[in-house]
Amino acid sequence: MSLRLVGLSEINGPLVVMEGVEGVGYEEMVELALADGTTRMGRVVQMDGDRCVIQVFEGTRGLSLTNTTTTILGHPVEMNLSKELLGRVLSGSGRPIDGLGEIYWEKRADINGRPLNPVARTYPRNYINTGISAIDCLMTLIRGQKLPIFSGSGMQHNKLAAQIVKQANIAAEEGQEFGIVFAAMGVKNDIADYFRRSFEEAGVMDRVVMFLNLSNDPIIERILTPKCALTTAEYLAFEKDMHILVIMTDITSYCEALREFSSSKGEIPGRKGYPGYLYSDLASLYERAGVIDDAKGSVTQIPILTMPNDDITHPVPDLTGYITEGQIVLDRSLDQNGIYPPISVLPSLSRLMKDGIGKGYTREDHSAVANQLFASYAKVQDTKALASVIGEEELSASDKLYMEFGKAFEHYFLDQGFDTDRSIAQTLDLGWELLSILPESELDRMDSATLREKYRPERGAALLAAMRGEA
Amino acid sequence: MNNNKIYSVNGPVVTIQGPTGFEMMEMVYVGAKKLIGEVISISSDHTTIQVYETTTGLKVGEEVEGTGAPLSATLGPGILSNIFDGIERPLQDIQKADGAFIGEGSSIPSLDPQRLWDVTITVAVGDELHGGDIYATCPETALIEHRCMVPPTLSGRVSAVMTNGRYTVNDWVVKLLDEKGEEHALTLCQKWPIRVERPIGRRMPISRPLITGQRVIDTMFPIAKGGTAAVPGGFGTGKTMTQHQLAKWCDADIIVYVGCGERGNEMTQVLKEFSELIDPKSGQKLTARTVLIANTSNMPVAAREASIYTGITLAEYYRDMGYHVAIMADSTSRWAEALREISGRLEEMPAEEGFPAYLPSRISQFYERAGYTVSLCGKEGSVTIIGAVSPQGSDFSEPVTQNTKRFVRCFWALDKSLAYARHYPAINWNTSYSEYVDDLSRWYGSNVSRDFIALRQQIASLLHEENELMEIVKLIGSDVLPDDQKLVIEIAKVIRVGFLQQNAYHADDTYVPLEKQLGMMKVILYLYEQCRAMVKKGHTISSILETGLFGDVIKIKYDVPNNNLGLLEGYYTRIDSTLAKII
Repeated sequence: MSLRLVGLSEINGPLVVMEGVEGVGYEEMVELALADGTTRMGRVVQMDGDRCVIQVFEGTRGLSLTNTTTTILGHPVEMNLSKELLGRVLSGSGRPIDGLGEIYWEKRADINGRPLNPVARTYPRNYINTGISAIDCLMTLIRGQKLPIFSGSGMQHNKLAAQIVKQANIAAEEGQEFGIVFAAMGVKNDIADYFRRSFEEAGVMDRVVMFLNLSNDPIIERILTPKCALTTAEYLAFEKDMHILVIMTDITSYCEALREFSSSKGEIPGRKGYPGYLYSDLASLYERAGVIDDAKGSVTQIPILTMPNDDITHPVPDLTGYITEGQIVLDRSLDQNGIYPPISVLPSLSRLMKDGIGKGYTREDHSAVANQLFASYAKVQDTKALASVIGEEELSASDKLYMEFGKAFEHYFLDQGFDTDRSIAQTLDLGWELLSILPESELDRMDSATLREKYRPERGAALLAAMRGEA
Repeated sequence: MNNNKIYSVNGPVVTIQGPTGFEMMEMVYVGAKKLIGEVISISSDHTTIQVYETTTGLKVGEEVEGTGAPLSATLGPGILSNIFDGIERPLQDIQKADGAFIGEGSSIPSLDPQRLWDVTITVAVGDELHGGDIYATCPETALIEHRCMVPPTLSGRVSAVMTNGRYTVNDWVVKLLDEKGEEHALTLCQKWPIRVERPIGRRMPISRPLITGQRVIDTMFPIAKGGTAAVPGGFGTGKTMTQHQLAKWCDADIIVYVGCGERGNEMTQVLKEFSELIDPKSGQKLTARTVLIANTSNMPVAAREASIYTGITLAEYYRDMGYHVAIMADSTSRWAEALREISGRLEEMPAEEGFPAYLPSRISQFYERAGYTVSLCGKEGSVTIIGAVSPQGSDFSEPVTQNTKRFVRCFWALDKSLAYARHYPAINWNTSYSEYVDDLSRWYGSNVSRDFIALRQQIASLLHEENELMEIVKLIGSDVLPDDQKLVIEIAKVIRVGFLQQNAYHADDTYVPLEKQLGMMKVILYLYEQCRAMVKKGHTISSILETGLFGDVIKIKYDVPNNNLGLLEGYYTRIDSTLAKII
């Protein structure tokens, strides 16, 4: 049964108010029909007695208090799901926009999803080899993880995401299918296009579902975009046994849409004007990654966000970091030095790495190499700070060696370029070569046995000589 | 009088117009799906309810049904080894009923009503019982004996008892005749409102440490049984890791782990890891002493607010039986944010950063529920609270951190730069403190070593001295320092890397007994004294460093196994003989 009502009593930004409504449920969908025959979708966001506030996804332009007929659909916002979605391009609210016709759906699901019972989760342990040394060695991506890229405007986060798509071994050897769900929120048309091209170049376009809400599309639709994308991802992963990689860009635009919506609703703002529930709202997105006991597939998320003014303490990166299982932070000065990928390794982290590496997963010495590289590279930063005060010439011999180690690390390890695909063994061996530059006594993050087996000062010296030669 | 109909819905907040007759804090069922809610404000015009489940699909005009009782936890055997959500609903049973995703309006009882327990009745007909007295016991897990206690508000004479045998939680085992002549059937379980402190006999002074096996905690910033500690730190600094390590290794009898608004995978990890790990002291699985409360960040926000109280109520219940309980709350900031979110929906006047004005009083009420007590039945027990704080923007001056700091006596500040260098636990020794050192010095003196506290102070002083020297080094480099100050910097490095830093993934280093902590301190300080004598005699610091002694001492944590502390003696002779060789 559907109920029809004529007229509105108030219009304010993306919100409209109706009075005299009965029998509508909280967060249910409505359809608004305009006099010219077009329809728009909306959702109930607040109810007081017979008065209810509706958010209109496509914006309120052209609506008047008298020209609108509202139909109450009696169900929450739903997404049409089918395996046919693979290879299709959809709008931010899940309607096909590639001109290939409607999707024949097998199932409809509420886009808000339901919280995953922690008991039903399988703890993610299988690592994904991305072929990028900095990620594989120091912040290993695990299947079922949510690992965002913290970037800034003008940095190469999109290229990095495209490289991961190109090289990552998402489904591994188990003969399972993989898929990519791509959600663009408030990004420019060229960026969406860049991703489309890179998917084509990687030969995976028929395994991609693209949700596009471009920067000139309505902001309310932007709020739905990640939810539609994740509903699709969950369906493909948990019902169709596929390994799904979800790339969402740009989370900052999503949060800004949320802020705009919240302020037009007249809510009390929290930090920097963002709504007080921003943490819960972001969690409802990010927590929809994982592996569950009774399904073979998985959802791995790589959300991309641009830190306003490169500020990692801004509410969006800050709250994201508290929810996601680590972060890959890009650094502007590395980027300006032409290092690609410009990953700032010290603040980057993968929380699930500890149980997905080592014997039986990657290699036994992985955690020793990673910890030592972190510790030694942290020392490089201290030395750099000192050098900027007293000058590089005045440094002690050991500090000078650290400076050289730092350069070698950035040159050989980080700066691998878009087309290099390294195996985990290559990456770890390279790590040992770099560590062998330093004197044995400086390697204090591992036990003596590992050190004896892998420490090769002559290789370190050779690497150093090669670097000096290049310079 | 069926006028209790929903008038408005806004997120988790629902209001009813007109007088309802509900009590403040009464638990109610909301709507056709019977969602669980709690009355949070009443006026003659309308009643406000916070709902512990998603309100999507709720309609104006649906019924709200009262229960006549406040939101309560069910207390009885079957709590341990279990995992509950924020309002004590069993997540494992919910999974069996609903599948992988949590539905709404679940009415599964907290404790399994079918399971039989081997009950021993400890009272006889005619016995006089008071609130808190034990009337029956049963083995709850391989480790813990469950002691059923008379509800604190009840007393009377035993009028009937069942024989020892197997009973479910809802079978009566003892009947009690109170003064008014009313008979009460006591089952294995009882209910207790989660927001109310359970009554105790009296409080005892703090005197015993909670041994955690973590050097930086046990030695530098110890926590007492019955004490309170806060672990603040930005993301990635290792709050959760620290909490996990404490939950695994601390010497409490029972662990209540509250995952409040945190990651789902972390709870899964605890669940999985604890069911595999064996407690070295008891030889039993860690789950035998653990209960998990999981209200992950994507679960409804109001239940997040309740989860902290549910956790502390369970902790107090086991304390009353005479156990030492440690509760880990990860993270109290999410709880504070839940308060803020609900307060915002109620349109209350916000105080600092949008948090409600009652934030400090709520925080203090929570931490005040910790303590070392004698229960109503005369048993000694304790509740130790360790709360993680997630400061927004890693800024410790924000309201939750600041208010928490006022009410805890132990502050383990996690530091971003230590975490970046992968120095874990990233507890910053310059900004952390423990007020318990004095209270516990007598215990350390008589149970570990008489000079333990003095040695600890020497270590602390060296670290402090290094901190001051580093200010100079940062400006002009370390080359200009005289050799005795360079030695301080070098020995402080040994302390930092060899002692304070601890590897949670190393079989021996993950838990270090106090004897080894003491032994390590002694070797480090011996090395310092001997080297200082050498430097005084005019030997250069570089000649001492070349011997590699410092590196050897740093690796004691890996090279001396916990079960062979005799090896430590070898280091003294090695230090002596190596230094003697320097000419």
